[in-house]
Amino acid sequence: MNAIKTILRRELLGYFSTPVAWVFLVIFLVLTNAITFVVGNYYERGIADMQPFFVYHPWLYLFLVPAIAMRLWAEERKSGTIEFLLTLPVTASQAVIGKFLAAWLFLGLALALTVPLWITVNVLGDPDNGSIFTAYVGSWLMAGAYLSIGSCLSSLTRNQVVAFILAVVTCLVLLLIGLTPVAGFFRILLPQAFVDGIVSLSMLTHFDAISKGVLDLRDLLYYFLMIGFWLCANLIVVELRKAD
Amino acid sequence: MIEVQALTRRYGFFTAVDHLSFNVTAGEVLGFLGPNGAGKSTSMKMLTGFLAPSSGTAIINGHDIRSERIAVQRLIGYLPEGAPLYGEMTVTQMLKFAGQIRGMNGAECQRAVDQAIERLNLQKVRHQPTDTLSKGFKRRVGLALAILHNPKVLVMDEPTDGLDPNQKHEVRNLIQEMAADRTIIVSTHILEEVEAVCSRAIIIAGGKLVADDTPAGLIRRSRFHNAVSLSVAEDSGLDARQVASILSELPEAANVEVNGVEVTVFPDGDVDLLSAVNNKRDEHHWQVKSMRLEAGRMDEVFRQITLGSGQAAPTGASQQNNNKQEAA
Repeated sequence: MNAIKTILRRELLGYFSTPVAWVFLVIFLVLTNAITFVVGNYYERGIADMQPFFVYHPWLYLFLVPAIAMRLWAEERKSGTIEFLLTLPVTASQAVIGKFLAAWLFLGLALALTVPLWITVNVLGDPDNGSIFTAYVGSWLMAGAYLSIGSCLSSLTRNQVVAFILAVVTCLVLLLIGLTPVAGFFRILLPQAFVDGIVSLSMLTHFDAISKGVLDLRDLLYYFLMIGFWLCANLIVVELRKAD
Repeated sequence: MIEVQALTRRYGFFTAVDHLSFNVTAGEVLGFLGPNGAGKSTSMKMLTGFLAPSSGTAIINGHDIRSERIAVQRLIGYLPEGAPLYGEMTVTQMLKFAGQIRGMNGAECQRAVDQAIERLNLQKVRHQPTDTLSKGFKRRVGLALAILHNPKVLVMDEPTDGLDPNQKHEVRNLIQEMAADRTIIVSTHILEEVEAVCSRAIIIAGGKLVADDTPAGLIRRSRFHNAVSLSVAEDSGLDARQVASILSELPEAANVEVNGVEVTVFPDGDVDLLSAVNNKRDEHHWQVKSMRLEAGRMDEVFRQITLGSGQAAPTGASQQNNNKQEAA
């Protein structure tokens, strides 16, 4: 526990002692707000909710989360610090979890900085604050799922650009299979049950309800399983390939 | 105390370390020698728990590196090759991080950090990000990280690589200072370093142990051991070849080599070659610029052992006057 906390703290310190954190936060806030107002017609809809804000998160995270995740392990590999880290009395799983939690908390912070938008909705109208809170939790969970994918793929390479592209492509696939036209196309070729199975693996499908404030246990479970699965894969990759 | 037992590491079909076995006791400084790619770093990575052995194991102060990795890492101090550091962290932050990971509490950690900083003369750069440090300072930060918790076992992969002569001297002093009650392994390919700091040296080549001896013992294996070299004075009109041909007549001489103005006479077995050569010099009134009894040449032994060429002299052939030197 102590080791995880120490690694987590070191990672967060690392974010904020370079411009990376500040650049990311600014870009994140500019993009979320721009999309909400310009693409999402926040004002023109005349509805006091945050749908225009949340509905684009799966697409926004597609690029922003891999940008945070790409350095997690690729940088350790490149600079050789992975050897320093893993010869301290630390298990690989503590390192994987500590790094993941730090990045996840950082994404949580970015998300928390959009709270003025939530306040604005309350000033302008009378929204369902419970469902907005649920949507925030769902969005953060989805960010965690993206992050676990990015973290795992980052441990495969010492090149951050490669890590970024791998993560974007993997996340994109997990998004696209949830789109109705894509699923429709596969329905022609594959058995119904199989396609349903694939569709249920999509980030999009599981974010839909949560972003509207509906908390389904299955969706929660999906995100936790996703994070668990990718972090386990992350751990295996680190253990097997740490010296390459 | 380190007991390495048939330690082996394979990468696919390539065997980087092949059934390596040796022991190191407390108080010993073991030099780990070998050409690049011989498996030095791989062995050290296994000893420090970074890499799992393919087979075999090592017991470090009673803990098996396979089954008690964390316990081993707790007591070991390790300087990885190239001393990798987190570039964005300052020296103090880096040291504190290592201290906290090792479970030190606030005051204890602060004390250890201050001590390590003092020991390696890092006061001036303690608040600088490690990215901005020179190579020498980076290496010293790496060493500070390795000795932070006052480890009983210290493993250093090329600690003086890339340092200037003064820094090398400092690091060697540090190693000797620490040696008293600790078990230390130092890998290097700088041979003078072995003679300077190590009480024992092992040489590996192709992943296999090829020599295990004291530095003096290794030097004795040199064909130059107990040979006599003399330089004739150039302005005396004396021809080195002529000197060589006269010296080759000596019953004590096995062979004579000429290299410019330097003549080297190799002994034929355990004989007092120096006196014999000296007598000849007096007899012919040679003007000699310098004359010395060779202790042996480490680089030559190293080449001979690692390339497997030539025949090494038997280890036990101890000679009594290997340090005797004479200048004329």
